[in-house]
Amino acid sequence: MNRFLLPLAAFLVLVGFLAVGLNLNPREVPSPLVGKPAPAFELPQLAATDKRFAPKDMQGKVWLLNVWASWCVSCRQEHPLLVELGKTGIVPIVGLNYKDQRADGLGWLRRHGDPYLLSAFDLDGRVGIDYGVYGVPETYVIDKAGTIRYKQIGPVTPEALEQKILPLVKELQR
Amino acid sequence: MSKPFTTETQRHGGFRLLNVFVFLCALCVSVVNTGFAKDAAPLAEDEAVEQRLNVIAEELRCLVCQNESLAGSRADLAQDLRREVRKLIKDGKTDAEVREFMVSRYGDFILYRPPVKSTTWLLWGGPFLLLGAGITALIVYLRRRGRTVAQAGAEHLSIEEQKRAAALLAEEDKK
Repeated sequence: MNRFLLPLAAFLVLVGFLAVGLNLNPREVPSPLVGKPAPAFELPQLAATDKRFAPKDMQGKVWLLNVWASWCVSCRQEHPLLVELGKTGIVPIVGLNYKDQRADGLGWLRRHGDPYLLSAFDLDGRVGIDYGVYGVPETYVIDKAGTIRYKQIGPVTPEALEQKILPLVKELQR
Repeated sequence: MSKPFTTETQRHGGFRLLNVFVFLCALCVSVVNTGFAKDAAPLAEDEAVEQRLNVIAEELRCLVCQNESLAGSRADLAQDLRREVRKLIKDGKTDAEVREFMVSRYGDFILYRPPVKSTTWLLWGGPFLLLGAGITALIVYLRRRGRTVAQAGAEHLSIEEQKRAAALLAEEDKK
């Protein structure tokens, strides 16, 4: 009996490891930027071409930085949610229009709604690299001191918004 | 087949056509060549930079297509990152500084060769732990088996059987 128990136990341990491994999402790479100051940049704005935006403009506020593009398919998935969030005014959302053409980006906002306080225009994706963007859309929660507190990789889902982003925003706003 | 019925002028015409064809081909090749030369120019200009870029990028993961290296991937982001690495190399950064640039943005996951630290010691040491456990198990097993075989030999062979065994062995020796 004993000599069957040992291989069985080893097998079950292996199955356990494999089950955990299969349920992990390899696309979700933990960002080393969480807990670090949001990288500084200065970019022209998408709509008001003569104005510029820098993260320090948002100092003293809790805000979301949402990386989006008109060519990004999953952005359409999360966009209605962001539009709703924008209407509530709970938290300002700044867009980072990533590797997009100005006309395409503006047209996309006209078609799908514009939840953003403003969008910064990152034509060559250089700011995206500083933020470790590797799959659009990505959303960062940034606190009053300008520290990144959370990064949502991929589209914002209703669950992620309700369970993670909004509670965190409320806590940080206190 | 019968001899082709061609007149002298037709033949000349054929040659002329052939000449034109060869000329066009040569023209095409030269045009294509200049096209390639234009694309390849930056490579040739900075061969040292490109070589270092390749060595570094071979060890970095493309985060878009995760089983491809940054050197081999055709993803947009990989091209952008190669451009960044090229710039860093031209700025005189060392290989370690370039890797640090990538890790500070994308995390250790971008390295195909993970660093040895407290969270990865099991990853690096695990195989050796398993090897040690395997060797220990093997030694214990062999010792135990050696003991039982010796016991079995001593206990279970009767005098009659020992005689037979000796006879068989002697027969074997004669052959």
